[in-house]
Amino acid sequence: MDGFKDIQSCQYEISESNNGEITIYLQGRIDSTNASQMIELFGSLIKDRRPVSLNVDLKKVTYLDDFGALVLVELKDMMTAAKGQFNLKNAREEVLFILNSGGLAETPPLIKVRPPSMFIRFGDAILKFAADVKYQISFVGSVCLAFVYSFLHPKTLRMDDTLLYMQKTGVDAIPIVGMISFMMGLIMAFMSSVQLQMFGANIYVASLVSLAMTRELGPIMTAIVVAGRSGSSFASEIGTMKISEEVDALFTMGFDPTRYLVVPKILASVIVVPILTLFSDVFAILGGMAVGVFMLDLTANAYILQTLKTLTLFDILLGIFKSGVFALLISWIGCLRGFRVKGGAAAVGQATTSAVVSSIFLIIAFDSIVAVILTYLS
Amino acid sequence: METHKIIQVRDLTVGYGTDIILENISFDVLEGEIFIVLGGSGCGKSTLLKHLIGLIPPLSGQIRIDGEDISNCNETTFKNILRKIGVLYQSTALFGSMTIAENVSLPIKEYTDLPQKSVETLVKMKLNMVNLKGYENHLPSEISGGMRKRAGLARAMALNPKILFFDEPSAGLDPVTSVELDNLIIHLNKSLGTTMVIVTHELQSIFNVAHRVIMLDKQTKGIIAEGNPKHLKDHSENPFVRNFFNRKSEN
Repeated sequence: MDGFKDIQSCQYEISESNNGEITIYLQGRIDSTNASQMIELFGSLIKDRRPVSLNVDLKKVTYLDDFGALVLVELKDMMTAAKGQFNLKNAREEVLFILNSGGLAETPPLIKVRPPSMFIRFGDAILKFAADVKYQISFVGSVCLAFVYSFLHPKTLRMDDTLLYMQKTGVDAIPIVGMISFMMGLIMAFMSSVQLQMFGANIYVASLVSLAMTRELGPIMTAIVVAGRSGSSFASEIGTMKISEEVDALFTMGFDPTRYLVVPKILASVIVVPILTLFSDVFAILGGMAVGVFMLDLTANAYILQTLKTLTLFDILLGIFKSGVFALLISWIGCLRGFRVKGGAAAVGQATTSAVVSSIFLIIAFDSIVAVILTYLS
Repeated sequence: METHKIIQVRDLTVGYGTDIILENISFDVLEGEIFIVLGGSGCGKSTLLKHLIGLIPPLSGQIRIDGEDISNCNETTFKNILRKIGVLYQSTALFGSMTIAENVSLPIKEYTDLPQKSVETLVKMKLNMVNLKGYENHLPSEISGGMRKRAGLARAMALNPKILFFDEPSAGLDPVTSVELDNLIIHLNKSLGTTMVIVTHELQSIFNVAHRVIMLDKQTKGIIAEGNPKHLKDHSENPFVRNFFNRKSEN
């Protein structure tokens, strides 16, 4: 007999008989505060002394929960592994209830889901991609139908929502678009002036900035800002509605979810993003002019005249046309990703990310196509 | 020996801003009892629960859990109090991206230093106790509403808290599943001695499980009845209380 020792709120005493039998007398509480210490302590005891059989006496245990049961289960497993005997003594009824309901009974091991083979994953990915493409095509169809319907029945268009999205996508974005464009103009004028100054061709800074911004960078920068602000919010809004069954509710109330949710968003974006692009063009030219006037000793008048001389209506219209298509792509992919959400909160996050990434990709892809076509045409 | 008062509420006023929902209410919950908070819709049951678990600070008054004032204590004490409570939310609030087993093992891994293998065994035991054997690797979205409730319960009692709070445990469950959940609550209360605080208005559950109830009222913004439901059903002086327990309307 070693006398009683403490582990937190539990006391134990170990007695060893000559025939290799160890008895542990426990008293007090066995719960989450001391379970891990007991497993460690008695585990090393079994390892050191290698008893033929282990008895655990629970006579004086006042409280034992499933953490306590865990201790007993672990000890039993260790003894079984060491080909020894394990006995419980004087277990009260409540203790036995815990043990039985928790299950000293055998439970199958937790199955670790093994990743399937490469071929299966590859095939799975292809099937998923095919389903995605199929859905995208059907979504294009349903958006077209919804637009045709709204065009034929203008009263069914949700005007309030459209105006709200026009404000959110357009008006609210003016400060950030303006600031980014102004700085883009600034940077471009700055960079080009270093080279052009060597030829004494300062005035062409105005041409370069205005042409590059109206044809390419204005529409692209605006579209990227809109993708980040509005594309993401479309995806997460529709995604959350999907999860909380609001989309289903719309459907059962007889609304067409596409017409109700998608048409106002796409319409609003296609109307305001080109206007936003015009703002971007103006701010970029102002940025370029700031550099021209304050650093290159050009007069504001000369700068503006040179800008007007360079720009043709075609350049500006091209930028506006492109930004209209960008707006269509952004709002379309944002809504589409939203409708594809399934599961929980994580899926909404994924859809949002994917909406932004896909729209930026689509923007650049479409821009490249237009650039190639124009090169061949001219 | 007098039973320990594990929750003490004194002169509690709760509400949002200037909108007062409950005014100057006081009650105690005794250790080891099943205590039910009930009342009509909109009387502040769920709001009271959110105050009891420390999600919202009270406008005035005191809430003591196991002797500690939860609205007026430092971070460490509050963390210790949180270890003593478990909550089963109305919509279960299981993490959708984790399997049932991962949901249950999350607090165990965080707060104990059991080895990985023991954690797994313990999780299996917990899930056995709520009759979810074999569903360890399912995602919450893959099991039924009743199973989700039980999985939520397994997670709430992962660390064997002294007090378990239930927000409308039988909401959205069929009568059979609901009775099963009641039985589970009674079983756990008996075997582990866990104090249960339940917010509900399911009459059947109330009569099945409650040791003691308090009834809240929207008009008076206070407690209009306290005691054993079977007694209140026939002997309450307040006709509204009698109507509630007998499922009668005002007239």
